[in-house]
Amino acid sequence: MAAPETVIPELEHALDVPCLRPGAMEGLQPFVAKPEHNEPLGFPGELVPDWKEKALEKMAELADKNRGFRVYLDMCVKCGACTDKCHYFIGTGDPKNMPVARQDLLRSVYRRYFTFAGKYFPWLVGARDLTEDVLYEWYSYYHQCSQCRRCSVFCPYGIDTAEITMAARDILAHVGIGQKYSNEIIGKVYKIGNNLGLPEPALANTLEGLEEDIEEETGVTVRLPLDEKGADILLVTPSADFFAEPHVDGLMGYAKVFHEAGVSWTISSYASEAANFGMFIGNYENMRQISLRIRKAAQDLGVKRIIFGECGHAWRVAYSFLNTLAGPFDFLDQNYPVPQHILDFTWGEIQKGTLKLDKSRNDHINLTYHDSCNVARASRIGDYPGSQFEIPRNVIRAVCNNYHDMDRDTTHESTLCCGGGGGLLTDDLTDLRIKGAAPRMTAMQKLTEEHGTTHLAAICAICKSQFTKVLPKYGYEMDAILSVHQLVSNAVILTGQETQEDAGEPAEAAQAP
Amino acid sequence: MSYQYNGHTVEHDEEGYITNLSDWTKELADVIAKAEEIEMNEEHWEVVNFLRSYYEEYQIAPAVRVLIKAVKKTMGPEKGNNKYMYELFPYGPAKQACKIAGLPKPTGCV
Repeated sequence: MAAPETVIPELEHALDVPCLRPGAMEGLQPFVAKPEHNEPLGFPGELVPDWKEKALEKMAELADKNRGFRVYLDMCVKCGACTDKCHYFIGTGDPKNMPVARQDLLRSVYRRYFTFAGKYFPWLVGARDLTEDVLYEWYSYYHQCSQCRRCSVFCPYGIDTAEITMAARDILAHVGIGQKYSNEIIGKVYKIGNNLGLPEPALANTLEGLEEDIEEETGVTVRLPLDEKGADILLVTPSADFFAEPHVDGLMGYAKVFHEAGVSWTISSYASEAANFGMFIGNYENMRQISLRIRKAAQDLGVKRIIFGECGHAWRVAYSFLNTLAGPFDFLDQNYPVPQHILDFTWGEIQKGTLKLDKSRNDHINLTYHDSCNVARASRIGDYPGSQFEIPRNVIRAVCNNYHDMDRDTTHESTLCCGGGGGLLTDDLTDLRIKGAAPRMTAMQKLTEEHGTTHLAAICAICKSQFTKVLPKYGYEMDAILSVHQLVSNAVILTGQETQEDAGEPAEAAQAP
Repeated sequence: MSYQYNGHTVEHDEEGYITNLSDWTKELADVIAKAEEIEMNEEHWEVVNFLRSYYEEYQIAPAVRVLIKAVKKTMGPEKGNNKYMYELFPYGPAKQACKIAGLPKPTGCV
């Protein structure tokens, strides 16, 4: 079932403004959810007969409840600062993927029904009626936004464009048009406990297998405990960490760090997912239900701390919303951040000197780092501004000798989306994902020309899976994407671990880049 | 949306994953593989059979790492690696091999 081959955008510079290609992505739609995907989430199974009324009701409710949303709808002055800031616009050239134009697909309808000018003189103010075609246009273009919020950084009013996308998706779900990918996954969280649908016995088997692998590699027994009551730390990590490459290597890295730090920790089979796709579909109630599972797991297991693994949007939900959604967390030890990021934990251990690190074990890697959007623009990792940029780089520099940053216009708060965030990491959007990755890939290619960069590290499960898929389209191997804790795992020498140096042999000649 | 073979009609979803897992037969696997432009050989079958037996025990397909470990045991290290798995199943051992094995598609951030 081969789709037509995607034409890879050729950019001279990562942030090249493309030639306009009106209608280039018109009609692109991810698979629409079936009733069995919508209903468990509390949405109608399919398009309701009174969809127009229901959609406008929902829009009114959102504008009423969420003051920010109303302000964002009212205040855009069309200055154009955001137009060329979206990776999907740069990659596709479709003018409706200019953030301002994409937002206006919804704003024009809001104006028609909720503003004086739009009610009486719609033709004067670009207001338009809500029709079924408009609904499906929303469905198409609001699934060409990954809610990465790069455009918001450049908006002089600070309009949070992701809020508009979330609201549009919420309104659509409310009238029965849900996205199959996200909704099917949320259903699995409710039924099984994680996005993958990995049941407890399979999870237990997976973790045992990883323990065997670490022992085989190092000769040291390192545990990956599951559902252990009384452990101090609950690790909540994306289920991709149990399944996909290079995610699994990161998970083994966390385990080694916990082992060396001498802390007791556990994974929960009930809350075996950090990801919260409730945010992607813009639905508060689902976001809350998913978050409450973490609270329940923490209470049932009696832990004192919660640490999140490498997952971008999960960290946004955890850092910014967890307390509102599922708090108060007064039953946890308040001497530690609630919740804490795994990189904060690892950086703390590195500073304390707990970890014996041999950086040369990553010498076969010439690395750069991709700031994941939700961590970069929506949170901190430590307790000071900018810690979300510094701490990952501090850890990387502690475990890796060859490191260079990409163009500053594409990192830190200006980082580009990987192209697969916000519920778009699905095969039915592969063409969009490849094109949307063009700016990031171009920035990396430039670094490769200048410094011979071979690998890219990230701290988000979606980024890792997305890059595995798109790197080969841009001339890299699929395994050129690494987990940051995979680098830590490579470099750390466990207490009691026999190294080849000990045995009097030259250092391991790791695989060629 | 359905596969047709020897007078059988088997429903599948938008991406070709069969809807009812109990509809799977070896003949159907060949039909799905053909639609994926794969000619099934002994090694493809080795992978498909492993996926099915793992699924039967755990109700989910194995992680790529688990699959590779198993393949390494039966086919040797030169075949028990990610690269070889992608040679067998160009769209990925997890997704494409699952489709042929009649198992649901792995979902999530994978």
